[in-house]
Amino acid sequence: MTELTDLGIADIRNGVRAGTFSAREVATAFNARVAEAKALNAFMIDTPDHALAAADAIDAKRAAGEDLPIMAGVPIGMKDLFCTVGVEARAASEILNGFKPTYESTVSQKLWDAGAGMLGKLNMDQFAMGSSNETSAFGNVISPWRRNDGSNAPLAPGGSSGGSSAAISARLCPGATGTDTGGSIRQPAAFTGISGIKPTYGRCSRWGVIAFASSLDQAGPMARDVRDCAIMLEAMSGFDPKDSTSLDLAVPNWEAGLSSDLKGKRVGIPKEYRMDGMNADVAAVWDKAADWLRDAGAEIVEVSLPHTRYALPAYYIIAPAEASSNLARYDGVRYGQRTLPDGAGLQDMYAATRAAGFGAEVRRRIMIGTYVLSAGFYDAYYTQAQKVRALIARDFAQVWDHCDVLLAPTAPSAAFGLGENSEDPIAMYLNDVFAVPASLAGLPAMSVPGGLDSQGLPLGLQIIGKPLDEQGVLNAGLAIEERAGFTARPAQWW
Amino acid sequence: MKKIASLARIAMTDAEIEAMVPEFNGILGWVEQLGEVDVTGIEPMTAVIPNTLRLREDVVTDGNIRDKVLANAPAAEHGFFGVPKVIE
Repeated sequence: MTELTDLGIADIRNGVRAGTFSAREVATAFNARVAEAKALNAFMIDTPDHALAAADAIDAKRAAGEDLPIMAGVPIGMKDLFCTVGVEARAASEILNGFKPTYESTVSQKLWDAGAGMLGKLNMDQFAMGSSNETSAFGNVISPWRRNDGSNAPLAPGGSSGGSSAAISARLCPGATGTDTGGSIRQPAAFTGISGIKPTYGRCSRWGVIAFASSLDQAGPMARDVRDCAIMLEAMSGFDPKDSTSLDLAVPNWEAGLSSDLKGKRVGIPKEYRMDGMNADVAAVWDKAADWLRDAGAEIVEVSLPHTRYALPAYYIIAPAEASSNLARYDGVRYGQRTLPDGAGLQDMYAATRAAGFGAEVRRRIMIGTYVLSAGFYDAYYTQAQKVRALIARDFAQVWDHCDVLLAPTAPSAAFGLGENSEDPIAMYLNDVFAVPASLAGLPAMSVPGGLDSQGLPLGLQIIGKPLDEQGVLNAGLAIEERAGFTARPAQWW
Repeated sequence: MKKIASLARIAMTDAEIEAMVPEFNGILGWVEQLGEVDVTGIEPMTAVIPNTLRLREDVVTDGNIRDKVLANAPAAEHGFFGVPKVIE
């Protein structure tokens, strides 16, 4: 029989519903797998009892003959950005050391209501600021993948949802929550050969999710394939009166709507994404994907998004500006840790607490954000960036006259080694060059695996869709998945 | 730089400030390319997805959870958040 931990979300749910195995057996198997994978540093806190309790509740429901919900018996990993009652939520920082929420995030509650349980809290870049999971106060997550040159150099799992991506690709969990502010679901999914979707801004409630940049932050699922992403996105989405930007719309039945038949659909290839000096393996898999989508019945058209090159600099004004405002709440008064030097007054306490509690990248972004919002500079930086953002959104709005979805690479390269990009902040920021434009425009976008590069590492393909057309994105992703035949998985060394 | 650190309420030593200056200049120099974009007649974005702010009934929906609110405070005293003495 297949190992239970090799099963994805749909197979686990279907097996539990059919009685092929119990939810408790599944939770027990994953709990054991999490416990033996400490070398990856993907899970910060293990919550085996939560997973078992959720499983027992599902097994009891089945015994009582009740209908089982869409994630029945599926144990998942929870990115540390989500608040769950009584379990420490630190955003992988020191400043939230000891913070145990007394409330449950809307997204996690929806997952529990859908029959899922929690295996533990997943490591991430501190406050979701990073693209390699190297800014966590809990240390680097090590990707389960290794290059095929025998070097065993530790590789980045991507970021900020690096614990989520590493855990799924190592089969420590069949699915996990991620959050995407400027690529934090898609880039780690690409680096580890899994799938992940950021829905339209407003689909998933931000309530109880530790804020980074509120106009960009959007939760979404990460899993091994497109169907599993559709199921988990259905469970996570829905209107929430507690989030003022939550969309008051019914949640479509994305799983039932899955179809890889793209007849009559047009797929746009944005020419500005084909950059000078582009990685040859990335360019090759992108071309192959266009062929796959053509084979699925779609027409391929070249389109233009003229302001693409300004997306990243606009993002690195807007996101730090919002972060500097959001992170003002960490003051050593209401939660987390306090640093109180001898004889210090209130202002000194704030400054000392924040100096000790925030990591270097978080401090850097708060400082940048404070500067671009300060009197005299606000219009030149922040207002200008928001105008450029409006132009980037307009580029997308105009492109939908010519196509239904866009196809692009997810990241400029396969995973890099830990430490290789950490010296130069801008080099690290460039990792999100293909991911950030869709974030700025609030569009649904997903990454699916396309193949391996010459080093034997996964490469991701990105589908960007119209507002609210998650179905179109998932369907194009499914068409790629069926043709890519991606079955590679990292050999277990941990 | 000292002014920004003080606005951001982050204590920084002179050495830390000195180390951050080139990084800061690098990032600001890089984002400056936004200045070349013609934004004549463009309104700054306020919402990525058109959405109206909802109104709700003006009734109490939450409250009476003082102990929960204080549960994570580093220094809660007598039902309040505790802070060092403030003498101006």
